[in-house]
Amino acid sequence: MPNRRQFLQAGLFGGVLLAGAAWWAAPRPEPQPAAVSPGLVWLGAEDAVLIGAIAPVMLGLPGVPRELVIEGVDRAVLALPASMRQEVRQLFDLLGNGWGRRWLAGIDQPWSRVDAADIDRFLRRWQLSRLALLRSGYQGLHALIMAAWYGNPVSWKSIGYAQPAQVMAVLP
Amino acid sequence: MSRTTIPDPWQAGLEAGWQVTDGALLADDLQLDADVVIVGSGAGGGMAAETLAAHGWRVLLVEEGALKTSRDFRLLESKAYPELYQEAASRKTADKGITILQGRTVGGSTTVNWTSSFRTPPDTLAWWRDRHGLGTLTEAALHPWFERAEKRLGVSDWQVAPNENNQVLGRGCRALGIPYGHIRRNVRGCWNLGYCGMGCATNAKQSMLVTTIPGALAHGAHLLTRVRVRQLQFDAAATRVTALHGEALDADGQRPTGRRVTIRAREVVLAAGAIGTPAILLRSAAPDPSGLTGRRTFLHPVALSGARFATAIEPYNGAPQTLYSDHFMHTQPIDGPPGYKLEVPPVHPLILGSVLSGFGAVHAGYMEAMPQLQVMLALVRDGFHPASGGGTVKLDRAGLPVLDYPIGDEIWQALKRSWLTMADVQFAAGAQEVLTVHESAQPVRSMADARRQIETLPLQSGLARVVSAHVMGGAAMGKDATRGVVDAEGRHWQLANLTIIDGSVFPTSIGANPQLSVYAFSLRAAEALAVRMAGV
Repeated sequence: MPNRRQFLQAGLFGGVLLAGAAWWAAPRPEPQPAAVSPGLVWLGAEDAVLIGAIAPVMLGLPGVPRELVIEGVDRAVLALPASMRQEVRQLFDLLGNGWGRRWLAGIDQPWSRVDAADIDRFLRRWQLSRLALLRSGYQGLHALIMAAWYGNPVSWKSIGYAQPAQVMAVLP
Repeated sequence: MSRTTIPDPWQAGLEAGWQVTDGALLADDLQLDADVVIVGSGAGGGMAAETLAAHGWRVLLVEEGALKTSRDFRLLESKAYPELYQEAASRKTADKGITILQGRTVGGSTTVNWTSSFRTPPDTLAWWRDRHGLGTLTEAALHPWFERAEKRLGVSDWQVAPNENNQVLGRGCRALGIPYGHIRRNVRGCWNLGYCGMGCATNAKQSMLVTTIPGALAHGAHLLTRVRVRQLQFDAAATRVTALHGEALDADGQRPTGRRVTIRAREVVLAAGAIGTPAILLRSAAPDPSGLTGRRTFLHPVALSGARFATAIEPYNGAPQTLYSDHFMHTQPIDGPPGYKLEVPPVHPLILGSVLSGFGAVHAGYMEAMPQLQVMLALVRDGFHPASGGGTVKLDRAGLPVLDYPIGDEIWQALKRSWLTMADVQFAAGAQEVLTVHESAQPVRSMADARRQIETLPLQSGLARVVSAHVMGGAAMGKDATRGVVDAEGRHWQLANLTIIDGSVFPTSIGANPQLSVYAFSLRAAEALAVRMAGV
């Protein structure tokens, strides 16, 4: 039998721990979001609320257009191989149910009402957690949200970036 | 009047009748036969394909990725990473400690690499001769193969001034009295743009996509894309490969369409890269008496350091890698504490956002400062220190490969030393602030503060950002069947008609960006195969 430490070190998001936690947790209904972008393919309404809440804090951009980040995450997840999509699914399901949100993320309020300071604390705790599992959860959120925003040309002006015009003009 | 645009050489080739089949479009199962089937179209497969087709053999080149050519390259990360990279550029080691950038498209990693061209370092070859019994691998014996590869791919000195991102490395090294050098590049008529990692839109990079693969097709080779080879079938005694079984992949490159592809060929070349090639052997339960199949896989683990300058750096503009320093490769014995090579990476918004540690205001501040941001990398030479055994390729439930590469203490210590070195070089070049890329790091404004902070940073996966763009080993050359998977010319020790022609055959890491090593060893292995084929 692996001891607890070995188990957690081995634990990826495909691991038994999370699947077990997500199954065991009594799901609490989250309040329905006011509006979800109709263009989403992979993300559900609850995922969108979660990402919309976390993204401005993760990015450090309180005014970021959330719907663009949500759409970007949707596209980014769709491009991943099936095994990784499955891990992202488990991560979002875990954070989306009341048990996971409260006990693993330490967030008492539903995602639609939680304030930025609480999200900041949650991200900090997962970022530097002693548990590889939570660190990799943080890394997953970081990678998806950063890719969603900075992969979008809308973000480029604010960071002083532009594609080289002399080439763009002669692309077929 | 029509706009003048960059021509795509594939357009003319396809119109001239190059044989290309897109597996995603197969309506039925497909049976093919050839003199030689080559699995994978990267540095190894591309070189092998042109060589063998030029000898007159009927070559079938099978690629898991799609055919994307210059007209598809839009200098756009959000398009390039999903289309051109393994696992959308999110491939990770089993514990998620290392992110691996590896190509998956026609041309493999050569389509997306940064053009750095180094011959295999002499001390690496000496180590292979002395410790791995590969006595024939002398500099003199390899010289003609390097020359041939360099000539074929336009490898030459880069005459244009390095961009500012690289100049920082040079300036810092000069200030510290550390030797550094210029990187040769495989380009012809390069526009000095800096977008090599998204596919070269101007066809200047002499990747397999614009050199050997068109060369092979012009000699009548057949290219089959979006087909993943699942399994090799052997004769009863498991001494020969009798067939290859593959599955066609959907246009998104992920889901099998259900169409099966069966290939029979006299000779089989595996060139699926140092993760893909061992995975095919493992899925096929290939004979493995040495126990080395999928073992000793090396990554050149890379640490990163960011620095803010008062002046413009624009790390996204200009040829990506043009200066380097090998000083810290040579300060200790080759099998002592691992050495590292200093280079700089190109920096673009998506990859910077993802790779930069931290979140919130500090992260946003660095993103906003991107035009004044310099990024340096240190690539650790793994596989020489006695404790540096590399990683192991395993298969997941779907039979797809996962590389288990736990970062050992000897590698952590090298990464830590490299953080100090990079901060030192960056401050010496005039940096105002340095940010070690680690979740627990804060920007520091002096070398004394950098030293204090780096001393305290936990050496732990998921805290330190570690990446890799070089996958090597896993089907190593060995002097006999007990010490390697293949012989010094890539021939499998048990399967007589199987040759491995890619970075899998290296017994350790290269200790330099590996593309030119793969090219030269592949030409050599392909010519040896051609001799064997002609002799029978």
